[in-house]
Amino acid sequence: MIKQKKASNLKDLNVIRKMISNHKKYDFMFAGLGTIVIASLTITLLVLFLDLVIDGYPKFNLDFLSNFPSRRAARAGILSAWVGSSLVLLVTFFVAVPLGVASGIYLEEYAKKNWFSDLIEINVSNLAGVPSIIYGLLALGLFVYSFGLGQSILTAGLTLALLMLPIVIVSTREAIRAIPVHIREAAYAVGATKWQVCHNHVIQYAYGGILTGIIIGMARAIGETAPVITIGALTFIAFLPPSPVGLEPPFINFDWLDAGFSVLPIQMFNWISRPQHAFHVNAAATGAIIIILTLLMNGLAIKLRYNIRKKIKW
Amino acid sequence: MGSENNLIISSRLAKNYKRNLIERMIEFSLLCSGIVAIFITLAIIYVLVSEAIPFFQHVSMKDFLTDTVWTPNYSIKHYGILPLISGTLTTTGIALIVAVPLGTITAIYLSEFASHKVREVIKPILELLVGVPTVVFGYFALMLVTPMLQKIYPDLTTFNMLGPGIVMGIMIVPYIASVAEDSMRAVPMAIREGAYAMGATRFQTAIKVVTPAAISGIVAAYILAISRAVGETMIVAIAAGQQPNFTFNPVESAATITSYIVSVALGDLEHGGIGYQSIFAAGLTLLIMTLLINILGHMVRKKYAERY
Repeated sequence: MIKQKKASNLKDLNVIRKMISNHKKYDFMFAGLGTIVIASLTITLLVLFLDLVIDGYPKFNLDFLSNFPSRRAARAGILSAWVGSSLVLLVTFFVAVPLGVASGIYLEEYAKKNWFSDLIEINVSNLAGVPSIIYGLLALGLFVYSFGLGQSILTAGLTLALLMLPIVIVSTREAIRAIPVHIREAAYAVGATKWQVCHNHVIQYAYGGILTGIIIGMARAIGETAPVITIGALTFIAFLPPSPVGLEPPFINFDWLDAGFSVLPIQMFNWISRPQHAFHVNAAATGAIIIILTLLMNGLAIKLRYNIRKKIKW
Repeated sequence: MGSENNLIISSRLAKNYKRNLIERMIEFSLLCSGIVAIFITLAIIYVLVSEAIPFFQHVSMKDFLTDTVWTPNYSIKHYGILPLISGTLTTTGIALIVAVPLGTITAIYLSEFASHKVREVIKPILELLVGVPTVVFGYFALMLVTPMLQKIYPDLTTFNMLGPGIVMGIMIVPYIASVAEDSMRAVPMAIREGAYAMGATRFQTAIKVVTPAAISGIVAAYILAISRAVGETMIVAIAAGQQPNFTFNPVESAATITSYIVSVALGDLEHGGIGYQSIFAAGLTLLIMTLLINILGHMVRKKYAERY
């Protein structure tokens, strides 16, 4: 009797052991699957990027940077594209950063919790989800035709600024939200006004986080193609906009804002669309430059954020 | 003595008045920047609707929604949005078939299985990939993925929806993985420990405990992925061909709503012409689609949100 019970117990135990080992097998299998998925994804993307660099390698020289686009692939370069990109980003930076940071500060520090601040908040999160080409249509209808700005650097810069705005606002708010209340209270206690608290304390501590958002936003603006095509950027452009800085007083002029332009991703798109292989080499080289730029910027932003998280202990 | 005190106090108040004025001005200018977001939304709606109204005066809503041919820029004009929607849905569908399983597996693995060290390496890489411009992914689709697919399936045309769909899927994986992983990490450790204490394995805990607890965030990740795929422009504009084609067959070439807008914008736009108005009608359709997706996502999230 007892022997029998022992045997059945042993049998049960074996069943349980088997069950456990089965479940552990699933564990093991899923861990394997996860590793394979991540590894294959990483390898695929690595292969794609390497291929881009290898394809474009013949064009990695200074001539490529200093030549205008040309009908002959061998002589074509990206001078007008990278100058265009830089000038457009300059406009984007000076519009999106002050606006984005200011509205981030308003929402976090000033806005009272009511329907109005809710409305702004809903709008910001919606804008982040609007497809970028819709911003292109907005700019086409509003900036190009209603405001009569034409297909200019100013229009493109403003368009990309609208795209970048939600990113800057969100990162500003996150950075500010991470600052504990007692820092503000200490400042108020010694008689600071609200703006003094914001300016001398909150912004100082939030600086790194805001910068991270700005860098990520700028990286996105460099690669954005669809909205800039929609406003009608030229794909073939063999001149440079007027220089923003001159040798004669007043040294700075703003004629370049009205100039026609091309940007790096549009130049790349144009070369991809051509049937000849030689142009595809140019496209690959341009793509490699865009990717390296955006990866460097994003990498910098991620590093910055990591450093902030590690360093700050309230 | 009393009047002297009053003088000091009033001088302080005067200073405060000036101080307050500056404060008010700063607050007002900050408020103005905050309002810009509302203005942008209103401007988007205003521009799309005001340009689409003349289009719909010319084209009846019935034709727009039921005609299966879209040729606003040819001599025989048809204005049926269905071919563009079918192209958009097909490429989005392929992208999701690729991205949802890969993204979910990556998220579960990173959140529940990977060691701290692995996660610290993979997570930044995912964030880096989110930043890769889509025009570059378009190059991959046309120059690398489609030729590879043609080796497997020789009848595939140079422009098709399969290649760009797959590349779009790969592009979206980091979005899903990153958002879903964040929501799984937010599930309190105590819940996991409860499962482990009952003898559950990692896999059981991940699938039966953590995933249901984080489901609202995971669904949010899928919704984000769908709205990215629907709004994605350059990959399809480069690699799917730009010819509207009413089909759900992934090996055929087709145009999406977004790639139609690009193809028209690349040509000479006659301001105020029907071709010009048609891109705003297409844009309005796209905006309504993404809006519906986002509202759906919001509702799903609300319904399944877990509070701890």
